[in-house]
Amino acid sequence: MTDTYARLVNHGVGRDLARKLGLPQPAELRRYRPGQPLIDGPVLVGGSGPGADGIAAALLSWGLDVRRHAVPKERLGAIVLVLDALEAPGDLEQPVLAAAPALRDLAPGGRVVTVSRVPGGTPATAAARQGVDGLLRSLAKELRAGATGNGIVLAEDVSPTAPSALGALRFFLSGRSAFVDGQFVRVGSADGSLPDDADAPLAGKVAVVTGAARGIGAAIARTLHRDGATVVAVDVPAAGDHLAEVANGIRGTALQLDITRDDAGQRIIDHAVHRHGRLDVVVHNAGITRDKLLVNMDQSRWGSVIEVNIAAQLRINEALLASEHFRSAPRIVSVASTSGIAGNRGQTNYAASKGGVMGMVRATAPLLAEYGGSINAVAPGFIETEMTARIPFATREIARRLNSLQQGGQPGDVAEAISFLAGDSAGGISGEVLRVCGQNLVGA
Amino acid sequence: MPVDGQPQTVRKAVVVGGNRIPFARTGGAYTKTSNQDMLTAALDGLIARFGLQEERIGEVAAGAVLKHSRDFNLTREAVLGSALSPETPAYDLQQACATGLETVLGLANKIRLGQLDSAIAGGVDSASDAPIAVSEGLREVLLDLSRAKTLPQRLQILARLRPKDLAPDAPNTGEPRTGLSMGEHQALTTAQWNISREAQDELALNSHRNLAAAYDAGFFDDLLTPYRGLTRDSNLRPDTSPEKLASLKPVFGRNLGSEATMTAGNSTPLTDGASTVLLASEDWADGHDLPKLATVLDGEAAAVDFVHGKDGLLMAPVFAVPRLLARNGLTLDDIDFFEIHEAFAGTVLSTLAAWEDEEFGRERLGLDGAFGKVDRSRLNVNGSSLAAGHPFAATGGRIVATLAKMLHEKGTSGGRPALGLVSVCAAGGQGVVALLEAYTDGNTAGEVHD
Repeated sequence: MTDTYARLVNHGVGRDLARKLGLPQPAELRRYRPGQPLIDGPVLVGGSGPGADGIAAALLSWGLDVRRHAVPKERLGAIVLVLDALEAPGDLEQPVLAAAPALRDLAPGGRVVTVSRVPGGTPATAAARQGVDGLLRSLAKELRAGATGNGIVLAEDVSPTAPSALGALRFFLSGRSAFVDGQFVRVGSADGSLPDDADAPLAGKVAVVTGAARGIGAAIARTLHRDGATVVAVDVPAAGDHLAEVANGIRGTALQLDITRDDAGQRIIDHAVHRHGRLDVVVHNAGITRDKLLVNMDQSRWGSVIEVNIAAQLRINEALLASEHFRSAPRIVSVASTSGIAGNRGQTNYAASKGGVMGMVRATAPLLAEYGGSINAVAPGFIETEMTARIPFATREIARRLNSLQQGGQPGDVAEAISFLAGDSAGGISGEVLRVCGQNLVGA
Repeated sequence: MPVDGQPQTVRKAVVVGGNRIPFARTGGAYTKTSNQDMLTAALDGLIARFGLQEERIGEVAAGAVLKHSRDFNLTREAVLGSALSPETPAYDLQQACATGLETVLGLANKIRLGQLDSAIAGGVDSASDAPIAVSEGLREVLLDLSRAKTLPQRLQILARLRPKDLAPDAPNTGEPRTGLSMGEHQALTTAQWNISREAQDELALNSHRNLAAAYDAGFFDDLLTPYRGLTRDSNLRPDTSPEKLASLKPVFGRNLGSEATMTAGNSTPLTDGASTVLLASEDWADGHDLPKLATVLDGEAAAVDFVHGKDGLLMAPVFAVPRLLARNGLTLDDIDFFEIHEAFAGTVLSTLAAWEDEEFGRERLGLDGAFGKVDRSRLNVNGSSLAAGHPFAATGGRIVATLAKMLHEKGTSGGRPALGLVSVCAAGGQGVVALLEAYTDGNTAGEVHD
């Protein structure tokens, strides 16, 4: 699961050699650790108007060093481009070109974040707004040294300082978003609230994680616990030993349960409520792959993948939606996959199930809205896990380099995105899919 | 608490739940695994299930029948290796195959008396990782050597060694006073009670079928945590058949004159494994938001004089159960679930035969006639040791946790809480039996009133 190549080209002779030969040099990503500063160095806030002023004020209130104009040669932690008031494509030029030279001063692991609006309004306004999409995605590909570029897209009536806009901004600036690159998060409402303690955003919450015995699921369980949640770790009975280890490591409880059972949803609710008094977050992470070209696909491979990866989630969500214990700003986060977006040879069944997850998330969002709830999906790209470690060497080497960060992500990177979407600050984000793929070059 | 000479109030001891690792046939998945490792794993699974990390449990009691001398503090060492608070005290207990059940009864009594609020009972055994002792001759030489002061003295002592002293003293399950193995003892009893081969094979078949069905229904999902690649008991043969069982050659009782009936199929194999049971007062369970499955009502031990052949080696429960039920004003008809440990199919069937026998009831049990008949549809309904295997000290915990869950699911029976009986025979002619009842908030059959 270690990326030997990345280690080699980041140190000593290997680094010099890679530079001379023009080989890809994946950077060591800036990842979140509790207690560390949100970002190293000043933040340049580009753009003008009340939106930009509001964001600058918010950043100041977080104790950050804020610049409204670039100071040449000053190392910057991040550049935030506030473009919420564009009316025509011509409006892009001034703020974008004003900030452009500062890109040279962006520190390794730096951040560029755009704040814009959902395309709409007059044709010219829509063109300007949609223009941000292409701009940001291209810029993200130009950034080096582990720096990333991501965007926040506000619905028409949502302020740039709405809780979830600021929540998303904080997520993108922090090391929590290390492997999120070239992505947009849409803030659809002013719901949600910022946590009292940014290092314990899930304090007091009870979260259920399925497929928690190993890999990404175990990382999710540990990350939610680190962020303050009490975790119920769920996995199939056959994985119970690893599950117990995970649960004991985070003072949670282990629930050995096959999520495809008809009563799985009720069992999850009962366990959370009886043992921990409440249920706030459900993370649908459990998933299987049974890869085969469609021409050779059999019923058992197709059926089991659909059953575990999407049908079970739908049934559990039905139970959650019907439960009076899941009414206080509940959160559901599902793990999708970039395979479900871009497709992947040999994964018709898996991609169908993961595409299904994204459809489910979109359609379930309105059903949770009345309880202040939200449901979102996270779509991981190439993540370094036991599963991907089994991919043949050459295929794996290509797969992990084919993104803007030229490396595979860690299970913890997926977990960070899920923890963000599980928190109160994501209340205004629902029905969305957030990719954690290092800006995978396929299926953008 | 005793107040002004008032009798101490006895409160309820409840079974919260249990956890065991799958049992493995000796020489299988746990061959290189120590008792301490297995017991620690069983504890950690229990801790994970009930969120007991860093919890100071009142007391943990467990034991092993086959035990290395270095494991003098086996249970405490397992606690220290587990996720429990290191401030959790523990003790070892040993009563042959009744070890596990006796830990449950002892700890439940402490809870009932208010000495403990929470406790974990358990047991573990490995026939794979069994201790091997040096011969008596070598042992004496080594001890004398350690006391010797000069080289000539040491040489003199070493010269006493004979080649035969170097042969290790392997453990065996034979009875020290008769030299007979447990199987040979049971063969005598099986023949005495005229238990047929067919009846024994049928009991074994039911054990496998019942256990397999329970696994398939997910019954063990919250009673068991996989270990070392095993997710089910490795002795379980879901596809065994009357024909397969009938084809096995007898292994015990081949020199008794009568037809030998006991085979590897209707006897339990040597097994490795561990089990734990979480016990608590009602208040402790409530305070920790934990379930209360069943109440431990009462227990009874008995022993028989097998040395002089008065009774069979494994027949002590035949005497313990009538005493236990009489004390609680119950008969066999009141029991909803019988958990009679299947050391051998012949043991269970001899026990049932003795209880159904008029003469035995009158002359040995002091009753007016036969003690009674066990409804076979209530016997070992989720399988027992013939299918699961029998890691000696771990069997009691397996049975108590299984029974507690069954009682909880059954709830009430004929307007009163469902009742379950556990019977475990043990080496040395001993037996321990216990009475459990589905937990309810109301009064119970065994409730002690002022």
